[in-house]
Parts: sequence; C-alpha cells; structure tokens
Amino acid sequence: MSVLVAVALVLTAVGGTAVVLTREPVHQAIVLSVFGLLLAILFVVLQAPDVALSQLVIGAAVLPLMVLLAIAKVRRGERG
Amino acid sequence: MSRRGRLAVFSVAGLGLAVLLVAAFLDARPFGTAFHPLGDASVRASLLERATANTVASITFDQRGLDTMGEEFILFAAVLGAAVLLRRDREEREAAAPDERREGRGQVGHMPEVIRLAGYLVLPFVVVVGIYVVAHGHLTPGGGFQGGVILATGLHLVYLAGDYPALRWLQTNRIFEVSEAAGAAGYVLLGLAGLAATGAFLYNVMPYGQLGQLASAGTVPLLNAAVGIEVGSGVVLLLAEFLEQTLVLREPGGNRRAGAGG
Repeated sequence: MSVLVAVALVLTAVGGTAVVLTREPVHQAIVLSVFGLLLAILFVVLQAPDVALSQLVIGAAVLPLMVLLAIAKVRRGERG
Repeated sequence: MSRRGRLAVFSVAGLGLAVLLVAAFLDARPFGTAFHPLGDASVRASLLERATANTVASITFDQRGLDTMGEEFILFAAVLGAAVLLRRDREEREAAAPDERREGRGQVGHMPEVIRLAGYLVLPFVVVVGIYVVAHGHLTPGGGFQGGVILATGLHLVYLAGDYPALRWLQTNRIFEVSEAAGAAGYVLLGLAGLAATGAFLYNVMPYGQLGQLASAGTVPLLNAAVGIEVGSGVVLLLAEFLEQTLVLREPGGNRRAGAGG
C-alpha cells in the first residue's frame, strides 16, 4: 500500500467520523460535502476515476444540497 | 426500547459485523498486487474485442448492460417516489404573488452581484463539460450518469444567478418529465433492438469501429446518451421537488414572507 493510499484512507476515515460527530444538521451537511470530496479523492488514488466522478457530483454536491433544502423546509415549518 | 436495550442490540450486531468483516478480509486477496484475473479478462474483452477505450464503460454498458439498466430504473423509481411524496398538498398554496417574476427578484435581492455574474459566466462551460462527459463516456472516465448529473447541477446555476422564476419555468414546463421517460425508454429500446437482431437483450448490434474513435464501441455511446438524458432530467426533477417545497409552497397558516432557502 502506497503512502498516498494510506493518507487518503486516513483522511476519509477522519471525514466520516467528523460527519457523525457533527450534531448541528446544517453544519453536518457542509461536513458531509467535504467528506464526499475526500471519498472522491480516495477513489482517484485507487485509480477509479469513473466512480470518483460519480462520487464528486452526487456526494459532494447534490446530496448536501438536498439535505440543506430539506432542513430549510422543516425549519420554516416550525417557525410558521 | 430502553437505552441499555438498544446498546445491547447494537453491541451484538456491531460485534457480529466486525467479526465477519475481519474474517472476510483475512480470506481476501492481498491489497494492491498485480494479480487480477477477472480484471485482465474484462480489459482484454473491452480493448481487443469491443473497441471500447474506457474499460469501465465497456463493463457497465456492454458486458453487463442489464445491471446498468436496473440501476437506471432504480433512479427512475426514486425520482418518481420523491415526486409522489412531495406532491402539492390540498392545503398548501403558493406564496408567490401573481406577478411571480417580481416576487422572485425580491427573494434573491441580497444575492451579491458577483455571484449572479459568476453563475451566468460558468453556466455555458458546465453545460459543455456535461455534454463532453456524456459523449466521451466510452473513451475517457465519465459517462451518462456523471455527465447527466453535471448537466443537471449546471442548470441550477440559473438559480444561483438569481433567476429562480426562469428555472421554475423550465421545471414546470414538463420538458424534463418527458425527457426522463424518453431516456429510460431509449435504453430499453436499444436492448430490444439487440433482442430483435440477435436474440439476446442488449446485445451490441452496432459495428464496433476503431478503438479510440468518437464513433466506436457500438451501442455504448448511444446507451450513454440515453442514461445521460434520463439521469440529468431525473436529478432536475428531484431538485425541483425540493426547491418547490422550500421556496414556493407555504403550509396553511405559515408565514407568507418568502425567504431564500439553504
């Protein structure tokens, strides 16, 4: 296992743990986006660029956006 | 269930998973070696027999095309489910005034001009990149799924640029419902073409051509295009449901003032 793979694996593990430990939903969505980026980097390092592209567009962009929109909807419902 | 009860159940499940995972990994091939019999066979089939430069695309659309059709319809069903769940309730009503355009401008009045400008400037490049990724799926990393999502997110730069009414017009215009269904149907029709010509569903009926050319790999680029249209439209519809819920619809008795979500 190369140093690069080891670093990417550790970063991904740290990122995943950070998502779980973040309790505030809006912050969690942002951390989730960063974790998605880290996971995409891991896929690139493991020579899987196809999967990395999918992970980048879904995990780092679309999924956090959907979470944020859902939170915005729920919060306004509570206020109103 | 009490906290201790839940902890006990989790401990059993977590421990079991850990034991099984460790046992499975002990039996796995060593990580990072050069011995890949299945990979070698797939690469050989893709490069020598099927003229598909991107081996991953050859596996997903040619050697295992049926699996990809299943995945495509998973997304199709998920978008359908979200649309049904987030459908407009009888009690819900639109918060926007009849003059929707002016209301829309008011919603995003605080958007810095530089972000609006960046949205319009980046949009054409994102669209070109999305089309490129779909069209070159059989040559370089990427393909219908990745390119489709890039196209769909690119379209939302219109919203970032502050023109939600324009995006909403696109979304409510049923263009994307039709194109999503057309993309999904296109995949099945290409499969049926293989069935009619050779007796095998999704059989690659087109000539393979020369390795590395844009027109190569037989039906793979066509399947990529179908998936690109389906996925792009599906993601647009999915985000449209969320955006409509957040920006347009108000619960009965909810506050009328419209605020930008996110």
